[in-house]
Amino acid sequence: MIEILRPGPLALVEDAGRPGLAAVGVSASGVFDRGAFAEGARLVGNDIGCASIEITLGGMAARMDRDHRVALTGAECPASVNGTAVSWGVPIELAAGDELRLGLPSRGLRSYLSVAGGIDVPPVLGSRSTDLLSGLGPARLRAGDVLPVGVLDPARDASGPTLGGWPPAAPGSPAVLDLLPGPRTDWLSDPALLAGEWQVSPESNRVGVRLTGPALARTGERELPSEPLVRGAVQVPPSGQPVVFGPDHPTTGGYPVVAVLTEASIDRLAQCRPGDTVRLAWAPPADVA
Amino acid sequence: MRLLPFGECALLVECEPDQVAGVTGALASLPAEVVPAARTVLVRAASPDLLGGLRREVSRILAGPLPAAPAPRAERTVVVPVRYDGEDLAEVAALAGLSEDQVVAAHTDTPWRVAFGGFAPGFAYLDGGDPRLVVPRRATPRTVVPAGSVGLAGAYSGIYPRPSPGGWQLIGRTSVTLWDLERTPPALLRPGWWVRFQA
Repeated sequence: MIEILRPGPLALVEDAGRPGLAAVGVSASGVFDRGAFAEGARLVGNDIGCASIEITLGGMAARMDRDHRVALTGAECPASVNGTAVSWGVPIELAAGDELRLGLPSRGLRSYLSVAGGIDVPPVLGSRSTDLLSGLGPARLRAGDVLPVGVLDPARDASGPTLGGWPPAAPGSPAVLDLLPGPRTDWLSDPALLAGEWQVSPESNRVGVRLTGPALARTGERELPSEPLVRGAVQVPPSGQPVVFGPDHPTTGGYPVVAVLTEASIDRLAQCRPGDTVRLAWAPPADVA
Repeated sequence: MRLLPFGECALLVECEPDQVAGVTGALASLPAEVVPAARTVLVRAASPDLLGGLRREVSRILAGPLPAAPAPRAERTVVVPVRYDGEDLAEVAALAGLSEDQVVAAHTDTPWRVAFGGFAPGFAYLDGGDPRLVVPRRATPRTVVPAGSVGLAGAYSGIYPRPSPGGWQLIGRTSVTLWDLERTPPALLRPGWWVRFQA
């Protein structure tokens, strides 16, 4: 078991999510940076179906109740065990009583603490993920929470995406997020204006990342009957300020989806924090599947 | 009917609202997630490399005849008892040019079809109701609508599964549980099913 001493700004149990329920109003949810999560699972020998802890903006501290192999991936935070610095992105062998503490990442947003055997809270609809929009899965972690850890599965499936959102672009240069056409690209007066630099709004979370910049003009103010959404969908409401949906997105929405991020760009978006500049770029047509 | 792009893993079928059920049924056997909405159906592959093949399959299926929209069947009909005392019942009656009793009769006499889900776990957009009950949303949404509230918006009727903000015109309340994690499946109303309201 692992005891949470301090959750930091936001720590959640997340796994690969609960796909397949959108028709009854439940999003897939799951880890935001799938690549960083998969790397952590590989480092500790977990099946890709195991749950890890998704840590937003560092600050978490936890104590082990027995020996555990763990790994830290994603946004790199200063990390220590019993006060001694430990490395990022490698397996770490911890003993009973060890205290792991994370500081604030200098850049990036989401870090993953993976534990061999996985965080073994009871699954809800086949997943241990916390979905902040629909309220499914475990509550956000609090100081004093004690999390059970599962047993390593020898027949594990260690597959998973290899591209993650970490490391981000070089310091000072914006993350580049590649756009593919969406069903309603033609609702933008000039789709070319979506490309370019945008600011990540503080009003961003796992449901959606709001971008601020020069308002985009739409072709008329028609009403759009509700349409399905996906992770990475770029919606433009009448304000002209785009919203990019994250893992806990609503399953349908009433504003036009003018573009969709590539899967690799969705992981990069997971590491963009409020105040960061991102650069949206239309992917060349040859890249469109 | 058109196929619209939706990123690396999905595509969107755009059709007439009355074709959504047929399209959803025709695509149900595909190895993909099929998500109906008002006049579109999302088809999502598990990974980007599967999308090309999926697009070809969708095109082939939609080029053929669609299955007819199924008629209401007793085993797929959920009876929902309602106490018609909603805060907007008088407003709906005025908008529809009906008496309150006529609104209740119109809401209960015609079976509603579960068109699609969304908004919240277990919420279902119901269509196919009496056309006299087409009313706009409230100009100002309520910050809290109680669980079990039965409402109207546009051509849809719906039941709030849990307390949430909402802009639908409320005509009544039911004690039916729409979303129950202890039930398999947890959603009482699934696309393709039918609802008959009972006063």
